[in-house]
Amino acid sequence: MPDEGTAKAVTANGLAAAQETKRQRVRLLIRAAGMLPVLLLLCAGFHFLSDGRFFTGQNLGIVLQQAAVNTVLAAGMTFVILTGGIDLSVGSILAASAMAGLTLSKLPELGALWLPASVLTGLGFGLVNGALIALLRLPPFIVTLGSLTAVRGLARLLGADTTVFNPSIPYAFIGNGSLTLIPGVVSIPWLSVIALLVILVSWLVLRRTVLGVHIYAVGGNESAARLAGIKVWAVLIFVYGVSGLFAGLGGAMQAARLYAANGLQLGQSYELDAITAVILGGTSFVGGIGSIWGTLVGALIIAVLSNGLILVGVSDIWQYVIKGLVIIGAVALDRYRLQGSART
Amino acid sequence: MNDPILEMRGVSKSFFGIKALRAVDLTVYAGEIHALMGENGAGKSTLMKILSGAYRPDPGGEIRIEGEPVHIHGPLGGRAAGISIIYQELSLAPNLAVAENIYLGREVSRSGLLARGTMREGVGPILERLGADFTPSTLVTHLSMGQRQLVEIARALHVRSKILIMDEPTTSLSAAESERLFALIRQLRAEGLAIIYISHRMDEVYALGDRVTVLRDGRLVGSLDRSDIRADTIVRMMVGRDVSSFYKKDHDPEAGRGHPVLAAIDMSDGHRVKGCSLTVHAGEVVGLAGLIGAGRTELAHLIIGAAPKISGRLELEGRPIEIRTPGEALEAGIAYLTEDRKALGLFLDMSCLDNINLAVLGRDAKLGWVLDRDKARERADRAFTGLSIRAANAGVPAGGLSGGNQQKVLLSRLLAIAPKVLLLDEPTRGVDVGAKSEIYSIIDNLAKAGTAILVISSDLPEIIGICDRVIVMRSGHIEGEIRRTETSPLNQEDIMALATGTEHLDA
Repeated sequence: MPDEGTAKAVTANGLAAAQETKRQRVRLLIRAAGMLPVLLLLCAGFHFLSDGRFFTGQNLGIVLQQAAVNTVLAAGMTFVILTGGIDLSVGSILAASAMAGLTLSKLPELGALWLPASVLTGLGFGLVNGALIALLRLPPFIVTLGSLTAVRGLARLLGADTTVFNPSIPYAFIGNGSLTLIPGVVSIPWLSVIALLVILVSWLVLRRTVLGVHIYAVGGNESAARLAGIKVWAVLIFVYGVSGLFAGLGGAMQAARLYAANGLQLGQSYELDAITAVILGGTSFVGGIGSIWGTLVGALIIAVLSNGLILVGVSDIWQYVIKGLVIIGAVALDRYRLQGSART
Repeated sequence: MNDPILEMRGVSKSFFGIKALRAVDLTVYAGEIHALMGENGAGKSTLMKILSGAYRPDPGGEIRIEGEPVHIHGPLGGRAAGISIIYQELSLAPNLAVAENIYLGREVSRSGLLARGTMREGVGPILERLGADFTPSTLVTHLSMGQRQLVEIARALHVRSKILIMDEPTTSLSAAESERLFALIRQLRAEGLAIIYISHRMDEVYALGDRVTVLRDGRLVGSLDRSDIRADTIVRMMVGRDVSSFYKKDHDPEAGRGHPVLAAIDMSDGHRVKGCSLTVHAGEVVGLAGLIGAGRTELAHLIIGAAPKISGRLELEGRPIEIRTPGEALEAGIAYLTEDRKALGLFLDMSCLDNINLAVLGRDAKLGWVLDRDKARERADRAFTGLSIRAANAGVPAGGLSGGNQQKVLLSRLLAIAPKVLLLDEPTRGVDVGAKSEIYSIIDNLAKAGTAILVISSDLPEIIGICDRVIVMRSGHIEGEIRRTETSPLNQEDIMALATGTEHLDA
């Protein structure tokens, strides 16, 4: 019965195809989960080692608050790294934006405008970075290395190289207040709410807009993107603009939290933490692959590590060593996992 | 005839259960140029990699060199057995001098210090023998592609290789450089080397081959002696069926004549393209033939605004149009399929769905920016069925697909804009035979629907098979045009004569 034979072959094919898609779905899930298992393991480990002091409402609040500014910077960094670029200047831009905001907040009539002013300062620096990279075709590493130094200088200039205080800064609640969800039980620091909103908006832009696809396309293959009619220069200016904007927002968050800013000290080497969060989140350093959720997980891993190591009572010096090793180990694990899935 | 220098008997190779090579025999004699032909994926490179030691063959087969059974392990194994390979992408370090490249991995040192002088003296005689016009101390970065190939050959001779394998060596050479290379290959043959010459260019095989071996789908189809080498025989052996049914051309060649869609007038880039004009009509498939380096791709790039032009203008449907970027070309309805789909076409990490929709995302978007995911999915599904793209689903990354399916994904992106003019640059390069035939029928159907199509191709049987008219370029100029008529079909000789500029000699 040849007909029956073909029918059987067809069902067998169908089954194989179904299994194949199922396997693919599992693989995608593992890929999407990324570093999440590492984060959960770290949390559980610290909870155990610190005799149950990690998973308390108060401590989790601290972790979230500590992760907030880095999450915002890392979100901007994700846009940039997805295009295959890098932004080394976010720490300096954060400082300059905070200085600009605080300086303005001391003016009696314009004080309330300090928040948008500081965000827009960041955007401005970001757009300059983007224009240099996109229009003059300079390498991102060099341009942002330059602005890392130059903008740091401007930040010091803004406060005449002193610390600017404003104990009565408007909107101070975003720095130290919390959003109460269930009175007396659950509240989330406003800083974390902002960080989550930033992640959400970034996700919408990256995954639900035309611009998002164009960002992935430019990072995946810039020449092909150009030939496909994508305005590569506009995409590049946009991503560095976003990175600057988020750095400006980060500056505002810091200013509101500290009521003060110092152009020399604020935001020193923040760019490294932001880059680390993005890489931990599985975003490819050459661009084109990655997700904003991964970045969130990466930023949380860094915050949990800092917090957990203090809880466990590890000395400051060893914290550095352990953090560095965890970062290398986590990325090595990630490479190994992806290789395994690519081989089959 | 003397004893064979290389004998392969029943050599097979499988990857994860898929047979890439099935019991292939190959016999090569010293002092012969043995052409190895076959479509992409026929197993040529697998065979070559077994000889170089990059792959280990499945057990059961046998390789003998000068009668002695050998096992080739690792790249040094191939060299030890007297086999050298010159790959398409040359493997030279451009920052080092010629002599250092030739000695790479076998540097001469004297008490721990590099003996540069000795090395330079050592390669002198070989370079002289090959007629090199550069010195051992020249940096490779200053050499032309042809000169670099000479360095590779010198390296092979320097390790006293008896078998030299060349993989499409003329791909990046100019016509003059190719001629010089051919002369050199003949000289090496006279010196007693065995040369395995991999190419799918019929003219080169004609010019050089003493014998031809054809592979198809990993099997040996057969070998021909010089006297039996004929283009149609070889194509039939490579393709495995009669060529006339392979190329599909049902559209009316007279259709739309007199309704020009795209006219490019006096296009120049001041370098590779010198004052070229051409016209493509609705419903017409025009071939753009020429040797590698004739300026065909560069002309296409000028038309779509991917390269700056110093002169020239375009007319679309009779009206002048200014195109400065590929984006403007797409907006105007001029789509270009690149010859290098991996480097310039596809986004290999992105899903097929995104790849297909990329050019129309903005047009489809809601509120100007928000992706319309339903529309995108529908379009991808339509492309998958319409062009019979084979992949698990539209969500898989394009990089995982076979060459033919990748090409169809890229083609779908262009078709999504419903182009008036389609410029196809080597549309079937690196595509398996089945997908090739499918792409031909896609082209045919588009022509029937009234699209104006320009096909750039180095594959002459393909041009003859699918085109109504052929424009031939040579060194940046339009050299001539050949039209298919009832009484005189297109033929390879006329096109080659124009492409190489030999028609004046015949006259």
